[in-house]
Amino acid sequence: MKSFRLERVFLPTAVVVVSAVGLLLAAGTNGVEPLKLIVEGSIGWPPFESGSSPKVGDTVMVWVPIALASAGLIVTFNAGMWNIGIEGQIIMGAIFAAFVAREVSASRPILILLTIVAGAVGGLLWGLLVGVLRTAGGVNEIFGGLGLDFVAASITTYLIIDPWRRAGVASTSGTDPFPDAALLPSLGGTRFSPLAVAIALLAIVGVWVLFRGTLYGLKLKAVGRNRPSAFLMGIPTNRYLLGAFMICGALAGIAGTSQATGFHYRLIPAISGGYGFLAILVVLLARFRAFWVVPISFFFAMIAVGSSQLQLRLDVNSALGGVLQGVLVLAAMFGLGWSAYRIRQRIAAAGEEPG
Amino acid sequence: MTGIWNAFIDMFDTATIATIVAGAAPLLFAAMGETISEKAGVINLSVDGSMMLAALAGFVAAFETGSVWLGFPAAAAVGMLVALVVAFGSIKLSLNQVAVGFVLFALCTQLSRFLGSSYVGRLPEAVPAWDVPLLESIPFFGRVLFQQNLMVYLSILTVIATYVYMYRTRKGLELQGIGERPEAAHARGIPVNRLRYFYTALGGALIGIGGAAFTLDVKLGWSDRPTLNFGWIVLAIVIFGGWHPIRVAIGVLLFGALQAYALNLIPEFPSLSQVLPSIPFPLMILALVIVNWKALLRWLDRYPWLRAILRSDPPTAIGTRFEVN
Amino acid sequence: MSLELLDIHKHFGPVRANDGITITVETGSLHGLLGENGAGKSTLMKVLSGFHSADSGRIVLDGREIKLASPDDAIEAGIGMLHQDPLVFLPFSVIDNFVLGSPGGWRLDRTQAEDELAELCERYGFNIDPDTPARLLTVGERQQLEILRLLWLGARVLILDEPTTGISADQRAKLFVTLKALAEEGMSVIFVSHKLEEVADLCERVTVMTRGKVVGEAEMPVPPERLVQMMFGQAVEIHGKDPVPLGDSHLRLSDVRMSSGLLSEEPVSLEVAAGEVIGLAGMEGSGQDAFLRICAGMRSPSHGTVHVAGRDLSNKHYREFLASGVKYLPAGRLEEGLIEGLTITEHFVLAGEDRRFFVNWDAARQTAVDQIDHFTIKGTDESTAESLSGGNQQRLLLAMLPPSLKLLLMEHPTRGLDIESADWVWEQLLARREEGTSIVFASADLDELLRYSDRILVFFSGRVFGELDSSQTTVDDIGMLIGGRRIHGAAS
Repeated sequence: MKSFRLERVFLPTAVVVVSAVGLLLAAGTNGVEPLKLIVEGSIGWPPFESGSSPKVGDTVMVWVPIALASAGLIVTFNAGMWNIGIEGQIIMGAIFAAFVAREVSASRPILILLTIVAGAVGGLLWGLLVGVLRTAGGVNEIFGGLGLDFVAASITTYLIIDPWRRAGVASTSGTDPFPDAALLPSLGGTRFSPLAVAIALLAIVGVWVLFRGTLYGLKLKAVGRNRPSAFLMGIPTNRYLLGAFMICGALAGIAGTSQATGFHYRLIPAISGGYGFLAILVVLLARFRAFWVVPISFFFAMIAVGSSQLQLRLDVNSALGGVLQGVLVLAAMFGLGWSAYRIRQRIAAAGEEPG
Repeated sequence: MTGIWNAFIDMFDTATIATIVAGAAPLLFAAMGETISEKAGVINLSVDGSMMLAALAGFVAAFETGSVWLGFPAAAAVGMLVALVVAFGSIKLSLNQVAVGFVLFALCTQLSRFLGSSYVGRLPEAVPAWDVPLLESIPFFGRVLFQQNLMVYLSILTVIATYVYMYRTRKGLELQGIGERPEAAHARGIPVNRLRYFYTALGGALIGIGGAAFTLDVKLGWSDRPTLNFGWIVLAIVIFGGWHPIRVAIGVLLFGALQAYALNLIPEFPSLSQVLPSIPFPLMILALVIVNWKALLRWLDRYPWLRAILRSDPPTAIGTRFEVN
Repeated sequence: MSLELLDIHKHFGPVRANDGITITVETGSLHGLLGENGAGKSTLMKVLSGFHSADSGRIVLDGREIKLASPDDAIEAGIGMLHQDPLVFLPFSVIDNFVLGSPGGWRLDRTQAEDELAELCERYGFNIDPDTPARLLTVGERQQLEILRLLWLGARVLILDEPTTGISADQRAKLFVTLKALAEEGMSVIFVSHKLEEVADLCERVTVMTRGKVVGEAEMPVPPERLVQMMFGQAVEIHGKDPVPLGDSHLRLSDVRMSSGLLSEEPVSLEVAAGEVIGLAGMEGSGQDAFLRICAGMRSPSHGTVHVAGRDLSNKHYREFLASGVKYLPAGRLEEGLIEGLTITEHFVLAGEDRRFFVNWDAARQTAVDQIDHFTIKGTDESTAESLSGGNQQRLLLAMLPPSLKLLLMEHPTRGLDIESADWVWEQLLARREEGTSIVFASADLDELLRYSDRILVFFSGRVFGELDSSQTTVDDIGMLIGGRRIHGAAS
């Protein structure tokens, strides 16, 4: 198999690099400038220089939900499911967390713990719903999930403009800020919350352990790769599918908590930030491997935060960051697809020869 | 709650129905495009993104040339290009159709925001209104169907043409065949994969035209993400419509009616003015849940007529690859 | 129209599906092509209908050599193929199926096509409603539709691949009348079958294939015994296997009916004792797979009871069967058995007894290495299932079986394996039997059935057609029964 190294590694990498550079050049920049600006806007230039801590805090707190959602998606992807409902699961997590933050009074540690648990429960239930529609109703998880995304978004808007509206103001911009006691503790003057980071890292390690070291993870993989075989081995396949949706939903829900009580400090209409869909791209690029999620989602978070600089400094629209993310994933996918195609061709050609 | 009822009755006002028909044009184009593509076996999941990128292309072409009619071919070309990427990825490289479609959705959405940023708020020339002579004076139907603009007429003609092509021509029968049982089509000498490329591209072109019908007609001008979520609705309506052009068209009109109803309800629930317009989106997906729900359908078997109405069987080979040998 | 196939070779990797086949089919003749499953008949017919292109060899039609690169070319040349599972579009109406793929422009004149279909129907005595969806037709009617369509397209050579599987006796009689009439009109008919009786009834000439080669040709009529001999070789010497004392009843089916499209409603009763080996004979799709699935608890019989080791498990979930010591290994080793992408080690973990949450990988790898060694699997603990050869996949599946089993159900235990692997597989199975495991297996290999079974159930057209004591049976007897011919002394 060594002879295929060229195709397998070099070709996809070349495709990705050429596409990304080509994109930046085509966007009318010199290619390097936007990357530098993205770095500067997200973690400072030189990286982590003094005074960059608020930016770094923001970037990290964007990384947290993307990483959490990606960790969850690795579980559903391994179970063979396309959890497009991830956005709704993040939103539901945020709503549940917001409810606790607004309505429950308790000491600070307990309140924070409750917001996290509530977020996890909210996301879990929303994920479970997608799973039930799929296993009991035969509704494709892509559309069941999408529908629940819309429903969750509508519920958020409704809560913001009616029951939870800001006193005296008719506004769709968001609810009143949550009481301080409910917010994730952060390092002075920044959004950086060590607790959130710890949870995200724990989630990634947890998912890695799940698929590396546990029977449950192995059975999930078996269900995702071949349901009839898994069934014949005595694995209750539907129960495992539901389990995958619940794990993913819970992690996405915690991402929602982090968005609500760790970044925006209130409930806003687009509370998910689109990070659920972004996480799908991250996981596709990471090819479902947990540890690759850490750097890739950090890079994507840097792009998300840093691309605002493009607008200010280069007068290039900040959506360039999103385009760059898309191009990277598409190029990687087609690069790998093309090399796999060439390898198949070569094996087929070799098979025709006698002996 | 008489207001709710009145808002419902108001929907049957001739002018409102005419508005629904006019507003349905973009979705009719896109839904026919997706129907054709899926009927041939290829799911183009990128609709929400490709429609938006095509909407931008159409807008820019019309804005820069000053001719609204040049906008549509430009949009069709962009939609076709994206669709060809989906087809190439799945047919040639055997990539997962859903994965390719999803990534293209994300990419096209961002690309349209990026490329369109300098056009936000600009207005192109709109598709001019043109009443059909003679027919416009028919009571009711004249107002609803024949006092519109050329794109609306074309959208209706596209539905009819799709139906006629699919069910009344030899080529259309072959189109259905390659999505239903490609090996049987192959046995009859039909070039399955070549036709799949063709129909995916054709579908993409229609999706593109649908995008341009937003920016050049229904929601004139470019704003940030003007067609947001309509692409997903198109995908849902195609399933809801059971991959049948006429039923899909009815689904589009139903969605339009829901939107109109939601707007009519705003005076009744002023506090919900922001929520109501988005309600049809989840409702449409819920409708989809109903036509998909196997347990429910089994129960419905007792009522064959209801079952027939709600039946939605996908082309058997949808989303699968076909390889010779 | 006379057709000559000259020295056709077609290999799939190392498998020589067609190894220098030469056949001549005379104009207006009914030519039988007889052989076991896997003899290469289907491959040859796919070459002839343009689905596969041959590696080498020539096809000559009426003295002119033709090239068949696609089914389109075959249709053009007047060669029509009727597939075993007729390739119709199930949701489409009969008339749409009829016209789909026919030459012509855009215009679709259903009325005219309906007239022509009605005319053809009348001529051959068929009765098919043009507006019915094809999924409501019986398999026999779908065949009739396909035959008419091929005639309409101008076929002058008609290939039928196992056309009588799944159709009723009436429909078969009608089919034969039609085929004879067509031959009279000058059509060359190639009738591919494993059913002796049918070939004897219908054909004027027969070619017998085995392992990718032509092993005999004969003008009909010939005695069926000779055909059997050509198909299966010389009668095998049955060497007695060590008798094992039979134990308690491990499986009891009482009055089980299998409601399924293919299967008849005739009830089956069977009792299998500990250590007993039951072979299921019959051509593919004759009902053995449904029977095995009922024994495994994967589908419920419409009627009757299933007892495993004395416990009534009728209508119980599959996992109850599993817990009671039943294990089922279907034919598709990578489809229903192993999991692509998972390593041998991971397979052993999934199959193992250790149910702890955290996997002890060191122990698992050790188990894998031991088992690989013990079962002589060619691969490492890190090899994925799909990277193994068929024989090694089967070894892995056997290695994954739990240590004590009441009942082992298998489909084609040695299909696609080389002799050495096949012998090894049976060594393992017989060892199991000595431990008291009952084995029920389906096979197309008569030699295997005779050598290893205590009793043989012969399936034909969805029912148990005969039960044989293998110590008093010959290959010829089973061959006859499989071909649907009753023999003296066979109880059913």
